[in-house]
Amino acid sequence: MTARTATVTDTSLAHLPQVQEPRNPGTVLDLDRIASVQANTSAIERRAATLPGRRSVKKDYQAAWMLRAVTLIDLTTLSGDDTEGRVRRLCAKAANPVRQDLLDALGMDAITTGAVCVYHEMVPTAVSALQGTRIPVAAVSTGFPAGLSPFHLRLAEIEESVKAGAREIDIVISRRHVLTQNWQALYDEMKAFRAACGDAHVKAILATGELGTLRNVARASWVCMMAGADFIKTSTGKEGVNATLPVSLVMIRAIRAYHAATGFRVGYKPAGGISRAKDAVTYLTLIKDELGDRWLRPDLFRFGASSLLGDIERQLEHYVTGRYSASHRHPIG
Amino acid sequence: MNVREIFDTMDYGPAPEDASEAIAWLDRHKRTFGQYINGQWTKPARSFASKNPANGEILAKISQASAKDVDKAVDAARKAQKAWAKDAKARARVLYALARLVQKQSRLFATLETLDNGKPIRESRDIDIPLVARHFYYHAGMAQLMDEELPGCEALGVCGQIIPWNFPLLMLAWKIAPALAMGNTVVLKPAEYTSLTALLFADLAREAGVPPGVLNIVTGDGRTGEAIVTHPDIDKIAFTGSTSVGRKIRAQTAGFAKKLTLELGGKSPYIVFDDADIDSAIEGLVDAIWFNQGQVCCAGSRLLVQEGIADAFYTTLKARMDKLRIGEPLDKCIDVGAIVDPVQLDAITALVASSVGDIYHAATPLPDTGCYYPPTLITGLSTADKLMQEEVFGPVLVATTFRTPSEAIELANNTRYGLAATVWTENVNLALDIAPKLAAGVVWINATNLFDAAAGFGGVRESGFGREGGWEGLQAYTKAKDTAPKLSKIAPMEAPAKAHVADLDRTAKLYVGGKQSRPDGGYSRAVWSAKGKLLGHAGLANRKDLRNAVEAMNAAKSWSNTTGHLRAQILYYLGENLSARGNEFASRINEMTGKRGGRAEIDASIDRLFTWAAWADKYDGAAKGVPLRGIALAMNEPVGKIAAFASDDAPLLGLISVMAPAMAMGNRITVVASEPFPLAATDFYQVLDTSDVPGGVVNILTGSHTELAPQLGGHMDINAVWSFSGSDLSAVIEREAAGNLKRTWVNNGKGRDWSNVDASAFLTASTEVKTIWVPYGE
Repeated sequence: MTARTATVTDTSLAHLPQVQEPRNPGTVLDLDRIASVQANTSAIERRAATLPGRRSVKKDYQAAWMLRAVTLIDLTTLSGDDTEGRVRRLCAKAANPVRQDLLDALGMDAITTGAVCVYHEMVPTAVSALQGTRIPVAAVSTGFPAGLSPFHLRLAEIEESVKAGAREIDIVISRRHVLTQNWQALYDEMKAFRAACGDAHVKAILATGELGTLRNVARASWVCMMAGADFIKTSTGKEGVNATLPVSLVMIRAIRAYHAATGFRVGYKPAGGISRAKDAVTYLTLIKDELGDRWLRPDLFRFGASSLLGDIERQLEHYVTGRYSASHRHPIG
Repeated sequence: MNVREIFDTMDYGPAPEDASEAIAWLDRHKRTFGQYINGQWTKPARSFASKNPANGEILAKISQASAKDVDKAVDAARKAQKAWAKDAKARARVLYALARLVQKQSRLFATLETLDNGKPIRESRDIDIPLVARHFYYHAGMAQLMDEELPGCEALGVCGQIIPWNFPLLMLAWKIAPALAMGNTVVLKPAEYTSLTALLFADLAREAGVPPGVLNIVTGDGRTGEAIVTHPDIDKIAFTGSTSVGRKIRAQTAGFAKKLTLELGGKSPYIVFDDADIDSAIEGLVDAIWFNQGQVCCAGSRLLVQEGIADAFYTTLKARMDKLRIGEPLDKCIDVGAIVDPVQLDAITALVASSVGDIYHAATPLPDTGCYYPPTLITGLSTADKLMQEEVFGPVLVATTFRTPSEAIELANNTRYGLAATVWTENVNLALDIAPKLAAGVVWINATNLFDAAAGFGGVRESGFGREGGWEGLQAYTKAKDTAPKLSKIAPMEAPAKAHVADLDRTAKLYVGGKQSRPDGGYSRAVWSAKGKLLGHAGLANRKDLRNAVEAMNAAKSWSNTTGHLRAQILYYLGENLSARGNEFASRINEMTGKRGGRAEIDASIDRLFTWAAWADKYDGAAKGVPLRGIALAMNEPVGKIAAFASDDAPLLGLISVMAPAMAMGNRITVVASEPFPLAATDFYQVLDTSDVPGGVVNILTGSHTELAPQLGGHMDINAVWSFSGSDLSAVIEREAAGNLKRTWVNNGKGRDWSNVDASAFLTASTEVKTIWVPYGE
């Protein structure tokens, strides 16, 4: 892969984990460790609830943080009515997410979103539309969103998407393995998905809204990391409940502990339901405080979002002009 | 830094809260304040500076209230009290208006609090001020319900209240909301470091329709406090602050028949079991010991962590500490603000410097100027180290390890304090087993520093007595409406000129640990009948006999863990066995007293035993409606070891009326029998022996009340002393009780109608309310 050999100085453009860091090779399945993982729901909710009050980013800092958030977005379209034209428009927005006059006023160079995320059928369109931008294409895969198609077809789907040029694969795990505490099955499945990805990096979607408890979220996070996930991701965006701060806290604490135990950094992607600039900044403070600054880069953190960008654009214009903005003043994606 | 640079560094920038409205309020008062008495400001005098601890700037000049000012304030409060007490529903409206007022001016209160105290604006904005409003709402409701729900209660009168600097406005609310709700009027002294929000509150309270004189604020240092404490026309003193000052107040108010509640210091244990959610337990420590710079009486300052996970725990904890942001309290992105005053900073610095443990300071930058101390963890200490025992009142956590649940309890309770405790475990069996065993007024399971107006807060041991919040908190501001009869001392029957000694010698000993034992001193006193007949001898107990009785109570510890059902059975059995010997007891009483009330007294005694047998399994706790997914359990726990002087006038009923409720609620008790008529009590030994009362649960001493009073009052291993004695013991007991701050219930020269059970008074005195917070959710 070209990105692997490129000399990249600006980490904001080094989107893939394997560029900056050795990939997480996984470990053996340590069932004792899994069994010892705890998550106290009420305590986690309290921490999450007080976080927005504990951290505040204002003025220049707020603008800079919002720009950072833009570079962390996996700009996404996952609809049954996606067409090539729709995907091309999205890719154009990914390459130019913020109006040039605003960037100029902010003294910023060009920025792009972290990736474009589409279904398999749209991968070739996205790859060609993004040629020359260095923006990777992510494909949701493995029978997304339910993950209940035949196992060999799920593996084949990964391989097809990689062949078509996707450099990131967002797989969905079998929720039933978590709900029945069949950690071996989850581990084996994840390992097979990872192997099928080859050099493409793999994000494991836990579908946390369907896992029942935060304890299950924590344990599933551990199993997926042990099986070699590059990223762990909350949701497909299709569950009843998607990314939340408590779920995020549980998953990034697992990432932190995994890093402490193995030395490997696994990335994190909250997806679904993050639509306001303010929420995005809160997420970044959570990452900064719980995981550290290193994770505030697109190779280790992404927002799975479609409408977030629009709100950030409006807020940036407000910062530049001092007047509240309107959606129609910003090109849609 | 410009946007592009910040985009790279991703630093937090400054996020200052705008304090201009608070400054404008100070300016409107020309930055100078007098006393707030009778709804008006007095002329400023003898002023001292109130500083912002973050930068040392003088915020305002505050006046030192003299004894004369306090007189004026008490006088105004006294004059206003009758009218204020008249209409509970009108009070409810005023309290509701105060709650609304706090909400409407929440930002003004929050910024002024942070300027004055140095606590992060996040805390004053999100915790202190909302809790203040909540407290007034809750007590507006209490005023509304008072007539219907507390028909036998009335206001105490004028309350003197002295509050600390760590939660200036919140402690004001905790003090005045229940006091005003119940119809009292108030003279409150804020701490001299932090008077400003109290003054702002007084200023605005007029808008809520608080009548003049109902709320008076006097400012100043300990001298003003002392003028309040010793003021003859104050009915009740409520104090929150240090244990040493609390002890002094206990001694100073001794014998003045003032109601007293004390909320004092702590060295609260924070217990982490190896099955806990470790990350959450560590985050809990941030709220426990780095909340309000650790200047919290109930701060979880003593970490007890299970040995197997200790090293990993400390490593993760240190990493978390390094992420804490310390600095300008008005900054909305700050976790730890300024220490309240350089004096306090020096005290913290000196205490830590004296420690022999491994000291870790958070690797986080401190501002160059201002009153700051870094979050600190000290490991490698043992229980013998000073810092494991003494309160630091700063952001300093000390840690040690334990092996088993029982060792955790032992270490947790190895302290003179007993305010709060925190337990982290995912095992519900363990959590609910441990919580009742901890010597603390408040226990938090998998959480810490949760507060609410509906849940009682307060300590045991040297952390003070009394509860704030909930129905139990109202006891501190009400009294029973009945008037007590006057008490007159009854002298023993004089020895006749010609003694009539007929029967076989009967020598009563003392009753200690379920056995009769000779008095240590080797002295006895003859007891004569009204007609000059020698009825027998009674031993004269001394301090060593008391010591033995306390040891016997210690040995009978398991009584406190028995079921109410079992205790009921034993109390019924006592009644049954007493009934079998009723005539004998009745004639004994008649002989001793020279009256004919013996039979009636026996019947009342049997009835009393049945009443307390009935209560033994019925004094239920409560599940409080706190605003949280979870419950706050109010558990009525036995006080522990009680020593009591029985009344002189009812030789058996007086004994049983104090013994039975104590037993019923699971206490162990040592009763000193009626001084003039001790033989009914000594005859009762055999009833105790035959009724399955375990040895040591009830001990009975005979002898001089006056000589024993300082011994009972001063014994460090007794939890409560009651006196219904005909001798004037109130002052000496209360003064001596200051030693270990045991609870006291003394008669202040008032008698008691023993034909009344007065269950609520005895139930309250026999129990401590422990609040156990159990948040839940999966």
